[in-house]
Amino acid sequence: MASEGQTSTQYIQHHLQNLTYGKLPAGYVRTDAEGHEHVLEQATWTMAHTSQEAKDMGFMAIHLDTMGWSIGLGLLFSFLFFRAAKKATVGVPKGFQSGVELIVDFVNNTVSDIFHHKNRLIAPMGLTIFCWVFLMNLMDLIPVDWLPSAAMAVTGDPHFFFKVVPTTDPNATLGMAVAVFLLMIFFSVKEKGVLGFIKELTCHPFFAPKKFWYFNIVLIPINTILETVALIAKPISLGLRLFGNMYAGEMIFILIALLFSVNMLLGVVGGVLQWGWAVFHILVISLQAFIFMVLTTVYMAMAHDNHDEQH
Amino acid sequence: MNINLTLIGQTLTFFVFIWFCMKFVWPALISIMEEREKKIADGLEAADRADKDLELAQKKATEKLHAAKQEAAAIIEQANKRASQIVEEAKGQAVAEGNRLKAAAEAQIEQEVNRAKEELRGKVAALALAGAEKVLGANIDANANSELVNQLAAEL
Repeated sequence: MASEGQTSTQYIQHHLQNLTYGKLPAGYVRTDAEGHEHVLEQATWTMAHTSQEAKDMGFMAIHLDTMGWSIGLGLLFSFLFFRAAKKATVGVPKGFQSGVELIVDFVNNTVSDIFHHKNRLIAPMGLTIFCWVFLMNLMDLIPVDWLPSAAMAVTGDPHFFFKVVPTTDPNATLGMAVAVFLLMIFFSVKEKGVLGFIKELTCHPFFAPKKFWYFNIVLIPINTILETVALIAKPISLGLRLFGNMYAGEMIFILIALLFSVNMLLGVVGGVLQWGWAVFHILVISLQAFIFMVLTTVYMAMAHDNHDEQH
Repeated sequence: MNINLTLIGQTLTFFVFIWFCMKFVWPALISIMEEREKKIADGLEAADRADKDLELAQKKATEKLHAAKQEAAAIIEQANKRASQIVEEAKGQAVAEGNRLKAAAEAQIEQEVNRAKEELRGKVAALALAGAEKVLGANIDANANSELVNQLAAEL
C-alpha cells in the first residue's frame, strides 16, 4: 500500500484518480492540506488535489498522466519504427528490423484481408493503433504501485495522483474512438458524397419500391433511428470495450496489491496471484490491441462500402 | 473517470501519430519489404532458369559427345582404309620397281652377253685368220680377205 494511513477504499480510489490539471470556477471552496478552507476569487487553472476537485473541474480539465504516458509511448513507437525504417535494408533482415517487419507484415496481411479499397491511410493506421494501444496496455503489467510510488517520491507529495495506464482512462480510449468515428464519417462522405451518406442513413435497411412510395414516409424515420444508433454505437463500443477490459484488469491488480499489506502469508499469495494474472493479462492486452485495430479497419471498410453498388 | 479535454487531446495525438506513421514509417518499411520480396522471387526464378539451363547444357554436351565419338569412329575407319590403301599402293610400287630393276638387270646382262659375244667373235676371227695364215703359210692379205673373215666371224 502506498501509505499506512490509508484505508483500502482510499487506496483504491487514489489509484483510480488521474493527475488532473483544470479550471476551477470562481467562488469554489478549496480545502488545503491543513484543513483550512478558502474561496477562489476567480476561475483558476490549477492541479486538482482531490478527486472531488477533479470532478468539479468538469470538462475544462486535462489528465496530465494519461496524456503524458500516451504521448510518450506514441513517441517511443514512432521513434523505434522510424529508426527501423531508416536503417532497414533490402538484404537479410536482422534483429530489431526483422521484429518490426514481422509486425508490419502481420498488420499488412490483417488489414488487406479486411479492407479491399484503395486507401494509403488504413494500413499505417492499423499499425499505429496496434503498437500504440499495445504499448499503453503494456503499462498495466508494471506492478501497480511502482510508478505511482516513484512519482510520489519525486514530487514529495504523498497524495500525488498518478495513473500510468492510459487505456484505463475512458478519455483516452474514447478519444481514439472519436478519431476513428471522424475518419469514418470523412471517408463515408468522401466515397459516397453527402447525399449518399444521408441516403445510407435514411433509406437503409427498409425501403419501399416506387409503387408504394408512401410507405417510405414511415420507413425513413425508422431507418434514421436505427442507422444513427448503429453508427454512434460503433465508436462508443470501440472505446468502451478497450477501456472496460483494461480497467477491469487494472482493478484486479489493485485488489491483489491490497493483499501485500495484510500479512506475510497473504503477501505471498498475492505475489503468486499477481504473477498469474499478469501472465493471463499478456493475452488480454495483445488481444485488445488487435481487436481495436481490426474493428477500426472493419469500420473503415464499411465506410468505403457503397450500398448502392451492391443492389 | 471524468470525461474532459483529455478526450480531445487524445484524438489529436492519435491523428498526429497516424500521420507520422503514414508519412515516415509505413512507406519506407513496406517498400523495402516489397523490394526484398521481389528480389527473392527473382532469385528463385533465376535458380529455376539455371536448373533448366543446366539440364539443357547437359543434354547438349551428351549429344556433342555422341557426335564426336561417331566422327572419331568414322575418321579412324577412314584412316584404316587409307592405311591399307597406302600399303597396297606401296606393295604395287615395290613390285613394279622390282620388275623394273629386274628388267634393267636382264637388259644389262643381255648387253654384256652380246658384247662378250662380239668380243669373242672378233677374237675368234683373229684366231681363225692367224690359224689360216699358218696353214697357208703365206701372208694373207688381211684387207683382201677381211670380208671373208668377217663373214666367218659373223657365222660363229
